[in-house]
Amino acid sequence: MMRYQANAFKRQANKALQDTTLQQALDRAQTGFVARRAKALELVDDFEHLKQQARAAKERALSEAAYLLERFECQVTANGGRVHWALDGAELNRTVIDICRQAGGRRIIKGKSMVGEETGLNPALEAAGFELVETDLGEYIIQLAQEPPSHIIAPAIHKTRHQVADLFARHHRQPPRTGDSIANLVAEARQQLRAQFLSADVGIIGANLLVAETGSVVLVTNEGNGDLSANLPRTRIVVASIEKIVATLEDANAVLEVLGRSATGQAMTAYTSFYQGPVQDDAAGSPQSYHVVLLDNGRSDLLAGPYRDILRCIKCGACLNHCPVYSNVGGHAYGSVYPGPMGSVLEPLLHELASTRPLPNASSFCGRCEEVCPMGIPLPRLLRQLRDRQHEQQLEPQGWRRGLGIYGWLSRHPRCFRLTLKLLRGALWLVPPPFWGQGRRPLRPAGRGTFVEQWHRASRNER
Amino acid sequence: MGHRLSVPRDQTCCGQPGYNGGHRQQARAVARSQLQLLADFDFVVVPSASCAGMFINHYPLLLADDPHWHEAALDLAGRTRELSQFLRQQQWQPQRRTSDPRRLAHHTSCASRRETRSHSDTRQLLLAAGYQVEEPANAEICCGFGGSFAAKFDRLSQRLGHQKLDACAALAAEAVVSADLGCLLHLESVAGGPRQLPVYHVAELLAPVSGGRRTP
Ligand code: SF4
Repeated sequence: MMRYQANAFKRQANKALQDTTLQQALDRAQTGFVARRAKALELVDDFEHLKQQARAAKERALSEAAYLLERFECQVTANGGRVHWALDGAELNRTVIDICRQAGGRRIIKGKSMVGEETGLNPALEAAGFELVETDLGEYIIQLAQEPPSHIIAPAIHKTRHQVADLFARHHRQPPRTGDSIANLVAEARQQLRAQFLSADVGIIGANLLVAETGSVVLVTNEGNGDLSANLPRTRIVVASIEKIVATLEDANAVLEVLGRSATGQAMTAYTSFYQGPVQDDAAGSPQSYHVVLLDNGRSDLLAGPYRDILRCIKCGACLNHCPVYSNVGGHAYGSVYPGPMGSVLEPLLHELASTRPLPNASSFCGRCEEVCPMGIPLPRLLRQLRDRQHEQQLEPQGWRRGLGIYGWLSRHPRCFRLTLKLLRGALWLVPPPFWGQGRRPLRPAGRGTFVEQWHRASRNER
Repeated sequence: MGHRLSVPRDQTCCGQPGYNGGHRQQARAVARSQLQLLADFDFVVVPSASCAGMFINHYPLLLADDPHWHEAALDLAGRTRELSQFLRQQQWQPQRRTSDPRRLAHHTSCASRRETRSHSDTRQLLLAAGYQVEEPANAEICCGFGGSFAAKFDRLSQRLGHQKLDACAALAAEAVVSADLGCLLHLESVAGGPRQLPVYHVAELLAPVSGGRRTP
């Protein structure tokens, strides 16, 4: 499997910029997402109002998260399921493995889950001897390619149609297709997956929302694969992080109103399913079981702190799709599970700051992410706070640290500031500015002296 | 327009490099010194949306925990205008229409869109002066400057700059105009080859029709 590292962001990003196939895939996908969202927003009278309601629903949930999570557990239990709590990723994986073992299962089918990516659930299950198949088309593609997802809602967005066709040709034992049309590829994947659905013992799915009042798990998909993964096997496991909680069905609805529109430009995705308990109808008469495994992984610590806003994130992906950095380098360059603006905030908080140094810096603070975020998350402000923390922990490069220190001092000492500018102006005639990258033209200062100097000279002459 | 204009010699920097670069304490100190310096003016007119946005939106955040300075910051925020914003509010009129026949691409800049919200002011001024201005496709996307971002991720920054210039060239524009100096510096540095477009600050184009001397 390709290894990417957050601390190698710059190298990975530069490589991505040179990768013409990747650039093609990103271009096409990106413009599609952006246009579809824009269209969907045009069709609603007052998206701002929907945003406010969604935001309020999530805020309500966060302010009484502990209570609501307990309530959710009670409801799930009453409905015949069981809730498990996992403090960190390892505990979640262990719990899921135990459930699978107790179910006596070997074959697992799985719907898309970013929490599963966060905890490394797939490798853990495989290492424990289970056979696992991803059923989301995108996840299935990257499972075959042995790559991590590059987008939180479109995991294989970095692949072109032709790359997928090649991949299928290599892995599927079947006669060659008549063409590489998307419909053909989907049909081929469906055929491969159908057999897996029927023979699986355990189905694992993620969740978009957890509803405390009813104990429902809400899952939003477009392929329906999630529902098959959840409904066909005897044992159903939901993995979700705790911030997915909302108080009521009404609140869940408020979030759904903005989720589909922001993510794929759909007022409602093709499938929005509510799971409440174990699979009901079982012809074989075998025992049914239903488990929800809830992951904390540092999130409850964020609740009370200055990064709380990020817990409102509903993983719609709009901030990725609209980010000039993400859309030029793709998700893999970030070297993290969650890429793009939301990932650059979340990753340093879930891991340590030191292993994710470039991420909070990989933003020009253009503000487009905050503008499109349906949950009103001030992503640039959170990234800036992380840069503050990097500085406090002395994690920025020494040169930057010192340079900014000197600049700050000069900014408070106007005479020295002026003198330095004067010297720099002189120097700029001789050498290109510091940090001036290859490929940029050296710019020479215009006019005689700085603007302030020229102004004062001119006004002296006028007098 | 009947205003008395000062350009205080002791002005330095709005502190944005430190503020965006993790040096929060330093940015606070710079902000306090600028607040003192600019305390007595009725308006503070800033010829760059990014710096204007720093005064308007970020000083109050930066100094939120200090009642005295927070109040001073809010006060400055209320008095600060991005140049085009100020000119429009003061109902600036050109003395004559420009004879410059070039098609101009207006780079709106993220700060003038999202911080000062004055990008349409810039456009209106240029139109009033008789310029042919148009917004390039994807005008709402960053040109790749972002201060230290341009230095830290140079290639990415240049790629974004090229995309911006390509969009301008696609309009068959012969020059780029913006109200943000940082973007202009960056765009000028990546212009070249097939993307050879001169770049102007909006003031450079308004001066000749305001009775000023120089024509760009
Ligand atoms: S931060 Fe906002 S825009 Fe980005 S994924 Fe989360 S909710 Fe969507």
